[in-house]
Amino acid sequence: MLQIPLWRRLLIWGVVALGVVLALPNAFYSRVEQANDARISIERNGATPEAMMAAERWPAWLPSGLVNLGLDLRGGAHLLAEVQVEDVYAGRMDALWPELRDALRAVRDEVGTIRRVDEGGDALVVRLSDAAGLPRAMEVARALARPVVSLTGVGATDYAVSGSATDGGGAEIRVALSEEERRATDDRTIRQSLEIIRRRVDEVGTREPTIQRQGADRILIQVPGIGSADELKALIGTTAQLTFNPVVGRTGDPDQSVGARNVMLPAMDEPNTWYVVERTPVVTGEELVDAQPAFDQNGRPAVNFRFNPAGARKFGDYTAENIGSPFAIVLDEEVISAPVIQSHIPGGSGIITGNFTVEESTNLAVLLRAGALPAELTFLEERTIGPELGQDSIDAGRLASVVAFVAVLVVMGLSYGLFGWLANIALIFNVALIFGALSLIGATLTLPGIAGIVLTIGMAVDANVLTFERIREELKTARGPARAIELGYERALSAIVDANITTFIIAVILFTLGSGPVRGFAVTLGIGILTSVFTAIFVTRLMVVTWFERRRPKTIEV
Amino acid sequence: MRLKLVPDHTEIDFFKHARLTFGASVVAVIVSLVIWATVGLNFGIDFLGGTTIRTESAQPVDIGTYRGALDTLDLGDVSITEVFDPTFGPDRNVAMIRIQAQDAEQSVTPETVATIEAALRAAVPDIAFVSVESVGPKVSGELIRTAFIAVGASMAAILFYIWLRFEWQFSVGAVAALFHDIIVTIGLFSLLGIRFDLATIAALLTIIGYSINDTVVIFDRLRENLRKYKQTPLRDVMNLSVNETLSRTVMTSGTTLLALAAMLILGGDVIRSFVFAIFWGIIVGTYSSVFVAKNIVLYLGVTRDWSKKDKTGGNAFADVDA
Repeated sequence: MLQIPLWRRLLIWGVVALGVVLALPNAFYSRVEQANDARISIERNGATPEAMMAAERWPAWLPSGLVNLGLDLRGGAHLLAEVQVEDVYAGRMDALWPELRDALRAVRDEVGTIRRVDEGGDALVVRLSDAAGLPRAMEVARALARPVVSLTGVGATDYAVSGSATDGGGAEIRVALSEEERRATDDRTIRQSLEIIRRRVDEVGTREPTIQRQGADRILIQVPGIGSADELKALIGTTAQLTFNPVVGRTGDPDQSVGARNVMLPAMDEPNTWYVVERTPVVTGEELVDAQPAFDQNGRPAVNFRFNPAGARKFGDYTAENIGSPFAIVLDEEVISAPVIQSHIPGGSGIITGNFTVEESTNLAVLLRAGALPAELTFLEERTIGPELGQDSIDAGRLASVVAFVAVLVVMGLSYGLFGWLANIALIFNVALIFGALSLIGATLTLPGIAGIVLTIGMAVDANVLTFERIREELKTARGPARAIELGYERALSAIVDANITTFIIAVILFTLGSGPVRGFAVTLGIGILTSVFTAIFVTRLMVVTWFERRRPKTIEV
Repeated sequence: MRLKLVPDHTEIDFFKHARLTFGASVVAVIVSLVIWATVGLNFGIDFLGGTTIRTESAQPVDIGTYRGALDTLDLGDVSITEVFDPTFGPDRNVAMIRIQAQDAEQSVTPETVATIEAALRAAVPDIAFVSVESVGPKVSGELIRTAFIAVGASMAAILFYIWLRFEWQFSVGAVAALFHDIIVTIGLFSLLGIRFDLATIAALLTIIGYSINDTVVIFDRLRENLRKYKQTPLRDVMNLSVNETLSRTVMTSGTTLLALAAMLILGGDVIRSFVFAIFWGIIVGTYSSVFVAKNIVLYLGVTRDWSKKDKTGGNAFADVDA
């Protein structure tokens, strides 16, 4: 009747033991955390005596997975950034222009003279002197298009070409990114941005940052332990697009008209000074292989950089041809400096000087090393939580959980006697299993998550209560206590399962649609439902059955 | 000595005052809707956009001083509230400052926050800014939409699941009870002006989860008793089912409320409105399971021909064995 096979008993206790062992590190949170940090640092930077000491404070053979503390508990900064994916389109068209120009020039006798028209949009517009050449020019332009490699855009090409006749016998062709290519480009832009943000945050070396894509064009960044969202924004919000452009002129009047392919850029450190530079750079930061903070010959902070071979060649050729001309170092549309080229620079390395502080030069080096963001970021959400507030929340949450736990244990014990205490033991295992599961999947515990655990403590007894109440009822009618226990478990099951499945559905919906702290709540609620059902219908039952087998009581009181 | 919250055997007629209890629920829902429409919810920045700054200082909070410091900055709607908590000592004085979203900005710029902080620091020298949160209007609009979807999806999922496991009358009753719980909670939040933010939505969903749990337990017993007592009037079977499960209902709600009470009192002010919503929701949810859900099922009536489902329906999970 009340038989449970041995393998099942072992399995149940095995799961419980596993949960307890996995939950164990959380009881020694700071010690385990220090040991984990020390192990990582030994792996990265080699062993130091202090690191070895710290690492030994938690035995390596024990599990060392911890529940991550959310920002609201640990303090830190949270940013939700939107990537301005359209930024990239114009650049793609600029990159296409030389290729298109050469292709059209090759068929000059058919299409006439060509000129690029700057109209400020995302399209590349080329004016032809002879309208008769339009079909041929479009054909040439289309030949440059390549097929898009994507799941949805089968058969699509990356550029869409259209043409129209203009006044005065000329014609215009317009080349723009196709819809499919835009989608593919957007995706690439977000991935690159993610990667670069990750590199920049890693360079600073903070613990466990969260950098996630959210939706189509957003990136969520959470960095625990950082002082404020501003600090984080300074690090990841800078595009850090470094270019080296030929200088056309220097002026004090920003409204002065510039040539077609030139741009007016402000000087970073000289007030009321603008530089007119050629729009197409000679070399860009993409071709940098290294950047390090340094000092110039006057002892002022500066940044040393080195190009890759391709960049070094371009830089070398340009400096050889333009000795005596100024050369602008442009960072994010601002001219850092415009030194005059003194000599041919063949080695592909150089130095950027400006009015930097040591901190600024260090930051700039980090940004240049990590690479430029492909597009600008705008910030939709910013949160800074001070570490003291987080600690207060942990303390309050811990106290409240303990009080809640003890209160529930007492009520259960008083209400159901021995059965109640068996359920209480199961409840303790239940909490251990929750922490074990959270540690195992590396979930994040948030303040609402703590509330979720407290709620679970209250609700976890439900499955036990349902069963015990049922056993009480069955005792009135059934033949003997063993039968009553069996029937109680059997008949309470459908209520337990139905009631918990509906709550679990809610937890899943919360997890899918929620974010941040709400998601943390959903995770603890969902795990809590699973563990409480497990402990109630397996663990408590096993304990009841084991007790019954040993004592064989004639009557029981529930 | 056993603690008995409910006597072993009860024969309470839960329909005796049906007009009063069910009527009270209907009135509560209507009043809540009216309050919601007239007073409105006190939306937090999650839904409105804007910035909240939590400050701490050793000196008592003088809202006038704070307001005076910020008035000159021309920030639009600024609300300043002092936060009280039993765990704060006399030298911990906490205030929350909420500033509306500044036009045409994705979120409040660091410059704005810096000026606000400087102005406050000038007025209260030892002030500390323990948390600063900004949400742009673009995101907040989406958050509202997501919140509505979440609540709607939960209701739909439950409607479907109960219909699958029981009968359609049960799922209508269950969802009506949930609707009641949600509306009454929103009404209370409007009435008391408690901040309504993303966490409150999570609380509402938790209430849905808890309330349905309660309702399902009663329905499950009802289904069983309907099979057992084929000739008894529906009303009596319902009363019997509620009485049989009453002890469990009180016990579970009791322990849950007990645990939440600890969190409500000791859990700190940051989480209090969240815990309060759940606490209140569990009271309302328990009430609605007993007095709303089954009244609707009674009104709709149920098919009493369970004969075919005897072997499959109720015992579908019974072969899960320990």
